[in-house]
Formats: sequence, structure tokens, C-alpha cells
Amino acid sequence: MTAATHRSAEEIGRTERGPREVPPLGAQRAAAELSHVDTTLANGLRVLAVRKDTVPLVELRLSIPFAGTDPLHPATAEVLAETIVTGTARRDRVAIDTELALIGGELSTVVDPERLAVSASALASGLPTLLDVLADLLTEASYVDAEVARESARLIERLAIARTQPRTIAREALQRRRYGNHPVTREVPEAEDVAKVDPAAVRQLHANAVLPRNSTLVIVGDVDPEQVVADLERALGGWASDKSANVLPDLPELTGGDVLLVPRPGAVQSQLRLSAQALRRTDPRYAHLQLANLAYGGYFSSRLVENIREDKGYTYSAHSGFEFTGNTATLLVDADTATDVTAAALLETRYELARLGLVPPTADEVESVRQYAIGSLGISTSSQTGLAGQLSALAQTGLGFEWLAGHPERLAAVTAEEVAEAALDFFAPHRFTGVVVGDADTIGRGLEAVGGVTVGEA
Amino acid sequence: MAVPELHRFKLDNGLRVVLAPDPTAPVVGVAVHYDVGFRSEPEGRTGFAHLFEHLMFQGSESLEKLAHFRHVQSSGGTFNGSTHPDYTDYYEVLPAAALERALFLEADRMRAPKLTQENLANQIDVVKEEIRLNVLNRPYGGFPWILLPPVLYSTFANAHNGYGDFVDLEQATLDDCAAFFDTFYAPANAVLTVAGDFEVDRARELVEKHFGDVPFRPAPPRRSFAEPRPTEELRGFHSDPRAPLPALAVGYRMPDPVGELDAYLANLVLAGVLTDGDGSRLQQRLVHRDAIVTDIGAGAGLFGPFEARDPDTFSITAIHAPDVTGDRVLKAIDEEIDLLAATPPDERELAKVTARWVAGMHSEHDRMVSRTLALGSFELLYEDASLVHGLADRFAAVTADDVAAAAKALRPDSRAVLVVQPEQGGSK
Repeated sequence: MTAATHRSAEEIGRTERGPREVPPLGAQRAAAELSHVDTTLANGLRVLAVRKDTVPLVELRLSIPFAGTDPLHPATAEVLAETIVTGTARRDRVAIDTELALIGGELSTVVDPERLAVSASALASGLPTLLDVLADLLTEASYVDAEVARESARLIERLAIARTQPRTIAREALQRRRYGNHPVTREVPEAEDVAKVDPAAVRQLHANAVLPRNSTLVIVGDVDPEQVVADLERALGGWASDKSANVLPDLPELTGGDVLLVPRPGAVQSQLRLSAQALRRTDPRYAHLQLANLAYGGYFSSRLVENIREDKGYTYSAHSGFEFTGNTATLLVDADTATDVTAAALLETRYELARLGLVPPTADEVESVRQYAIGSLGISTSSQTGLAGQLSALAQTGLGFEWLAGHPERLAAVTAEEVAEAALDFFAPHRFTGVVVGDADTIGRGLEAVGGVTVGEA
Repeated sequence: MAVPELHRFKLDNGLRVVLAPDPTAPVVGVAVHYDVGFRSEPEGRTGFAHLFEHLMFQGSESLEKLAHFRHVQSSGGTFNGSTHPDYTDYYEVLPAAALERALFLEADRMRAPKLTQENLANQIDVVKEEIRLNVLNRPYGGFPWILLPPVLYSTFANAHNGYGDFVDLEQATLDDCAAFFDTFYAPANAVLTVAGDFEVDRARELVEKHFGDVPFRPAPPRRSFAEPRPTEELRGFHSDPRAPLPALAVGYRMPDPVGELDAYLANLVLAGVLTDGDGSRLQQRLVHRDAIVTDIGAGAGLFGPFEARDPDTFSITAIHAPDVTGDRVLKAIDEEIDLLAATPPDERELAKVTARWVAGMHSEHDRMVSRTLALGSFELLYEDASLVHGLADRFAAVTADDVAAAAKALRPDSRAVLVVQPEQGGSK
């Protein structure tokens, strides 16, 4: 490739001195304690405020339970999330953007079948403005007709794009496979429903559902937690209701079943998605199962990744992890694989599920996942955004800073036997259900041969 | 806030080192940036720099295949690597206790990576899956970073697909790998960055201990990728079998990111004025007033700023409705750019962009991984890691006239326009 002379690959791979020993780990210092407040405002909003002054910013996460059973709810909720920042009685869309920009601020909203989430950040010096804008949106969002019409039109165009994304197609198919017609399956609204949403319905949804009780707000940054709570009490005092935000009905318990083959003609890759019931964070065995999951497919050095990526080259990414919805938790295994090896990849994925229980993680594997779980938690919570995200997820399930602070200790206490038990109980292949999305003409025959596959409608 | 402390030095073998201590959390970041990206890969070997990045994780003299991953993760750390136009980076973020281990892992593969036929074949398969995932099986895959350069540029270095064509990838040989390593992966062609919770003297000792005996090899002479700017508007067309809506990308050449940094920064401010936030010029005009695009964005660098030397690309991208022509979108963009060139932005417009950018920099540097990578890439491309800390002031010093001048330089007769059309008007 170059004219210059170079060593051979073999010469490059060795030195005179030969292989060296990997150095041992040094002593680890504990993370600094962070001052924090966990309280509930007069309006029923739970607030978690933490001082973390690594940079002069503040991160805010508001989460409002936002379930609904109306057939048009997903579309209306999506339009609401898109238009809540487009104007209030006091500010129009440009004024909101300008005020936020001048304090280095960003504010975004996203909705799913469970929650409406507002994420915001700003220079810490701009916190009063940020809270004022937030309060304005929560209490005075106006949803003027023209903005609703325009955002609905944009949303319809975005939905067209989303519905061509393989991951979206696979996600919708998996949700239907797992939960039938439960409201949790309606993550992406139908374009024709969005077209039917009228501004009055959005305003009504806001009045009925954007409510402080049952909601959580996390603030992390260069702030005084006590002061922040007082500021919030003042800023959000006008956001009040006797009603509580709408919590998603419990999900049905997952039972195992055939994988459903969902045809996507001409696809050059297939999406593999398997799922089974898991344990909540509050379960005494949660840490056991967390480590078992990491050993299976929860990090790069896992059995699944080493098998189907690093040994066989079937996939670029394979992963397994927890999904937390309301009071339930599930395991989700995903991999995107080349069309011609899809059935083989499913076979190996199931093989590793069974093997995790039957040939449980060794002491070395358990130590590795334990250190990874503890270390990566410390890394992810070392930034304001990471800490705010973690705390927001915990706050939504009633947990708080103490759970986070105590989790390394729980992980440290897990024994190899406990990991093995969790693996046997929760990773048995028959507990899983799921979908494979791909070119049925090419992958169908192999999948039928592997077995445990149904072809047909979700 | 105080400006963070930085220590910069060079080992005898030419390795440049940046130490950035910060005791606020017991975490360290370690990165090695090699001065080679996909613009340097040879003709007929598209995608090679990225494929080689994969191979650097596949074992070294002291570490069997998979051992690198296991050592990082079983120390509680995370890792990755990425290939850019002008550099390739490798990095770990770990609990502070694992600093020496991370340095060892990076040194071992800089000294003696184990390049084998088996790993090469395996990683060609993995990279092909990566390309299927991110490009071939996805609507707008590779838009605009793969699709726009061949319209704007004419030389192989600047125009080719950095992910690579399958045919080229499959033809990569072990000898190609050996030549690439010996040419580009010399310590004198790299920067080591260590950021986070450590004692400076101790870190310096550990760096010497593990990297000191990586033998010197000369860094390759740095190639220029310069090519003339277009002298007319260049047009390209791409038919996307999976895209549901048409899209447009406009590419312009920019000031030299290194040699003309202030003019480059003016282009970053310009991008903010054009598309950052609901009150920005192009959002206002095309999304809200004319309502002809779903989304629009502008930016310097096809992956973001500060990741390439000259030539670098300023791009504007839009996805629009089928009943709107690309030329109508283009005309509206041109009118807004002309307006900005003729009437500079007001103070508040600039203050908005600056405040958001400063907050964004703080946020980015609050994450250990981003901070470590920024220090390393600035040391490599600008020969000055400390520039990272001075950028906010330089950015804030950009004037309205500078922005107007940058807008004026986005000339219709010296740009590339890429039109993406859905194939047969639909998608699967």
C-alpha cells in the first residue's frame, strides 16, 4: 500500500522484551458527598435538588405521568409536547427562545405512553429566568391555532421518517408482541390521528394532565439546594391542582412465547428483539439480576457480544438491558444482524440465554461485571447531565439520592451464587418472547428450522 | 471559574503528552489521538482508517483478543474509538484507581498490536454490519457526510466514502495493515491525553514508564489535502430507496480551521444565527414563516467543528415536503444569507448564540470523555490543548461584521448542492 518499507504484521506484534504484566489497580477514592434536598412542594410536586458545581450550569428534569386511554391520546399528547414551547399569554415562540438563549438555555419536551418529560439546562446564573419560563409554560401555554396546525404538519412529516427507521419498526412490532393493545404500545402516534388533533383538545389535555401531583422535578448543578427549593416553591406556586397526574396502568406480566417474524421485504439487515420479565430496582435480588444481565449482554465484554460480534461477526452491536416502566421491569435483548446470518444469530442468542443459567458466570466474570457496574455508575454520575438523568429515573419510581449512594455497596455484596440463581431464574429461553424484523423470503426458512418462530401478524 | 491547569510535554520518542488534573470526581480519562484519518487512506482502500481502528482493539503483544475490552471494563471503565477526517482517537474513562492500567493498555497497542488474518476477516464482517446499520438499511443513511463530499470535492482524499465500499474493505490485506501501522501509528504521530483525578508527578512517571520505550519512528510528513474551491455551483443527485421525504444538503468551503481560526469561529456563529433555536434566521423563515421544511440545520464540519484541518465544509441540510421543490428551499436559504450579508446581526442575536455556545462548551467539558477528547484533538490539530479553554472568549469576540462577512462568503457559484429524492416516491 505504500512504497516505503515496513515491518510485517508479525514483526509489529512482538518486541524483544516480550509480553508484559498488566498493572494492578491502585486505591480508589470515594466520590465526594453532595449536598441535596428531597422534598415535596405545596402543590404536590416532588423535588430533588443537588449541588454539583463542577461547571457553572444547572440541569433540570421534570417528569409528569401522562397516561391516557382516549384513542387520540397519543397523537394529542405528541402535539402538546411539540407545541408547549410555542407561546404563552406572556411570551410568543420567539420570545421564549430568546429568553432561554440569552441565559445559555435549552428546553425540550418529549412524551411517551407513560410520561411527559421536560429537560432543560442553562447557565446557573440564569436559573430565575429558566424557572420563570418553565412556570409560564406549565400554567399559561396557549396552543394558538396556527402553531398547533404547523407543528402537527411537521410532526406528520417526522412520523413518516420515523416509521421507515428499522429500529422504530422493530420497536412497534415488539411492543405489540409483548403487550397486545395496552396503551404502552402506542409510542409513535398514527399520522392520521395527528391530523385530527384540534387545538381545543390540546388545551384540554394540558388542563387535565399537566399536573404537579405525582410528578417529579430534579435539579442538579451549581446551586444551593435549599435555595432552589424555595425558588421553586415561589416560581411554581401557581401550578396547582387537586387532581393527580395520570399514571400508566400496570403492564401485564410477560410470559414467554415464539418469536414473531415480521416481514420487511428487501431489508439488508434484520432486527432481533427478545424480552422477558425482570425485577424492579427495589427488589432485593435486583443487584443480582443486574450483574447477571451484564454478564449476558449488558456490556462489551459480555458473552453475547463476544460470541456474535467478536467471534462470528454477525453484528455490529448486540446488547441486553433493563427497561423500567411504571412498577415493572423487563429485560430487552437486541441485535441487528446481516440478513444471511439472522437465524444463526437467533440460535446463538438463545444458546447464550440458556448457557447463562446452566454454565453460570465464573468468579472472574462476576468480579468483572461488578467492577463495571460500580465504575460505570460512578462515571455516569460524575457529570451534571448524567447525575440529573439517573436521579430523574429513580425519582419517578419513588427512589432518590440514597438509593444511588447505596447501590455500589449492594453491588459489592452480591455473591457468585446469587448471580447464578438469578441467571437460572430469569434468563431461561422459554421466558422470552420477541420479534425478528427482516426480509422474510431470505430469513424465513432458516428461522423455521431454528424453531420457536411464528410467521404472521403481530 | 479558574482556568484548569494543563501540563504539556514530549517524550524522547516524540509522543506529545497533555495532563489535565481535576480532582472533582474520582474518575480519569485517557485518550490517544493518532494523526491519521480517512483522508489519508490510500486509493482503492476506502474505509481503511476506520477498519484499522477496529483492529487496534483486537489484541497486542501482552493482550489476547478481547483482553483490552475486559481489562477496561473489569476495572469499572468504558472505552471506544472513532475515525475522523484527520485523526483517529482511542479513549477510556475509568475510576481513578485504573489510571496505570489504562496507560498500559494504550502503550501496549501503540508498541506492538497483534494484527492477524483472523481478526482482520472478523472485523471486516463487523464493519460491514456497522455500515448496513448506519447507512444501507436506514433512511438518509450517510446523509450528508458520505453523500455531500463527492459533490463538493474532486480529489480522492476529500471526496471518497470514509466508511468504505464493501469491495475495498474485502480486499484489505494484513500487509496493508502493517504498512498503515508503521507509517501512521508512530508515537511521534500521536498525542496522549490524561484528564481527571491524579497527581501530576505520578502521572508523568507512569506515562514515562509505559510509553517511554515505545521505539521512535519518524512521523510521516503531513500531506496537504488542499484543492481549489469550486468555480461554479456543483450539483449531485442521490436516490434513496428508504427515505420518505426529499432532502437537500448544501456544502460550502470554509476558512482554514487552524490557520484562520477567528474566521472559522465566525462561521460557527453564523451557523448559530442561521439555525440555532426558534428565533434563528432560517428556522424563522423556512420552518415557521414559509413552512416549507420539516427541519433545517447548519454547521461547520460534517461531524461537528474542530475535527478537520483545511479544507473543511460548512453545510446546511433540510428535509422538506414532496410538494416543495429543492430549488424553492435553496432560494429561500439564499435570500436569508444575502440578507445577513447585507445587514449584520444585531447584538442580541449574537449574545444568544454566544451564551448558548458557552453553556454548551461547559456542558461538554463537564463530561470526562468529551473533555479528554477535546484536549487531545486540539493538541493534535492546533498544537495547543489550552486553546480549549480560550475558545469561549474567542467565540464571544466574533463581531456582527465578521458574521456578515462569513455569510457573504457562502457564494452560490462556489458550492455543492446535493438533492436526495425518495426512490419511486415511497419507501419500505
